[in-house]
Amino acid sequence: MQRNEPSQPVPDGAVGAEQNRRTLISWLLGGGIAASLASFFYPVARFLDPPQMAEASVNEVAAGKVQDLKPNSGKIVRFGNKPALLVRVNDTEWKAFSAVCTHLNCTVQYQEARREIWCACHNGTYDLDGRVVSGPPPKPLEELAVKLRGDEVVISRRV
Amino acid sequence: MSVKELRARTFDWFDERLGLREGRDLLDHKVVPVHAGTTWYYFGGITLFLLAVQLGTGILLLLYYRPSVAEAFDSVRFIMTRVEFGWLIRSIHSWSANLLIFAAFVHMFSVVFTHAYRRPRELTWLTGIVLLGLMLGFGFSGYLLPWNQISYFATKVGTDVAATMPFAGPALARFLRGGEDVGAATLTRFFAFHVAVLPMLTFAFVGVHLLLVQKAGMSTPSGISPARLAQMKFFPSFFLRELMVWYGVLAILGTLAAIFPWELGQKADPFSSAPAGIRPEWYFLAQFYTLKLIPSHVWFMEGELLGLAGFGLLAAVWVTLPFWAKGREGEGRTRLATGVGVFLVCYLFAFTILGYLK
Repeated sequence: MQRNEPSQPVPDGAVGAEQNRRTLISWLLGGGIAASLASFFYPVARFLDPPQMAEASVNEVAAGKVQDLKPNSGKIVRFGNKPALLVRVNDTEWKAFSAVCTHLNCTVQYQEARREIWCACHNGTYDLDGRVVSGPPPKPLEELAVKLRGDEVVISRRV
Repeated sequence: MSVKELRARTFDWFDERLGLREGRDLLDHKVVPVHAGTTWYYFGGITLFLLAVQLGTGILLLLYYRPSVAEAFDSVRFIMTRVEFGWLIRSIHSWSANLLIFAAFVHMFSVVFTHAYRRPRELTWLTGIVLLGLMLGFGFSGYLLPWNQISYFATKVGTDVAATMPFAGPALARFLRGGEDVGAATLTRFFAFHVAVLPMLTFAFVGVHLLLVQKAGMSTPSGISPARLAQMKFFPSFFLRELMVWYGVLAILGTLAAIFPWELGQKADPFSSAPAGIRPEWYFLAQFYTLKLIPSHVWFMEGELLGLAGFGLLAAVWVTLPFWAKGREGEGRTRLATGVGVFLVCYLFAFTILGYLK
């Protein structure tokens, strides 16, 4: 490797050309490797991204029979892919909410003794209009509409 | 502080704690002999590279695969049809598995024909044989995981062959199947073998194998005097060449996976007849065809058993190769080893092709 020895007299222009050639080859090699790595990791990144699943979009579900839920009690029912909380406040009044706590997505429950909705994860409470009473939830629960169709309770999205 | 200074300081910091200089010196002094057979040195590296591909793509497949009879087939179909590039990842995993076993065979036979198994490399040979067995185990267990017709029946036959072994056979088959028959328990077991047991053993044995290669240095073929050989530095000269070989292998792998995507077939149905033309993966074909040829009874022995005894004998001869293929001075009965090697290559080659055609 004579070209690396400083004692060897080389014309100035030749050193410059040699340096340029080296730099160019290094860039080509590095660029080629970088480009090929990108082409390997792009499919991997796309693979890691989970495909969109068709969400069962539901506007209305039958939540059970009137006589199955006694006054001052609540139960969790399926509303599409998400849980909903159905509350029978008294003989005639019904309420329904999305059962997903607005704090960190836990599923809430009805507390019969205190007549409020409670989230066990971080002690958040909501009243029977879905408004936050205490605890960390930042927003009220989304309220759903309840209709009685004969002796069947039907929950639907509010419009 | 200049960039150069910063680099030197960072290196020193890590060197003080990790001993980087020792590693660098080791790498600096590692050399590869240059001769007519140098090409064969690349196949160990190719096998290792394909193993890395298997590890990477295998982890990716694990993100979507579900190991249960009810969901396995559908989850693989989901990977191939719904997940972006899922077909490519699965196809690469299957093709790479096959190329890996092929590369391992080439690596093994190159070791035989260059007589690299000689003293002091007997343990390198033995760990290599164990690794080949592990790779075949990966192939056999991985084959069942998509839970399709072909793999279901191949596993039935494969575990049945194990059951015909004298003494331990039935117990071994029961252990492999997790019961009397191939079913849900088998899938769970094969999954556990494929993603936990075999990888752990493989890591250990690859580690020891590489350590032994490092310890003894590269072998030179018998008949070439090491003193007169030219050498090249492992790093960067050999390493960069190996890297280019890996790029080439990856190109072949990508092409095969893209042009001939691995098929999924039909979901396994235990209450249907075995499909016509069923046969195992190519690396089990020679044995499969041999067993087909042997009549059901030979003299007092069951044919199946005779075949297995033959394979067992052949395997024992092969595994102990470094111990019998040597003379009194340890210089090696190279011709005998070459003869056995040629015989085995011819047998495997011919019977694999016959098994494929018939």
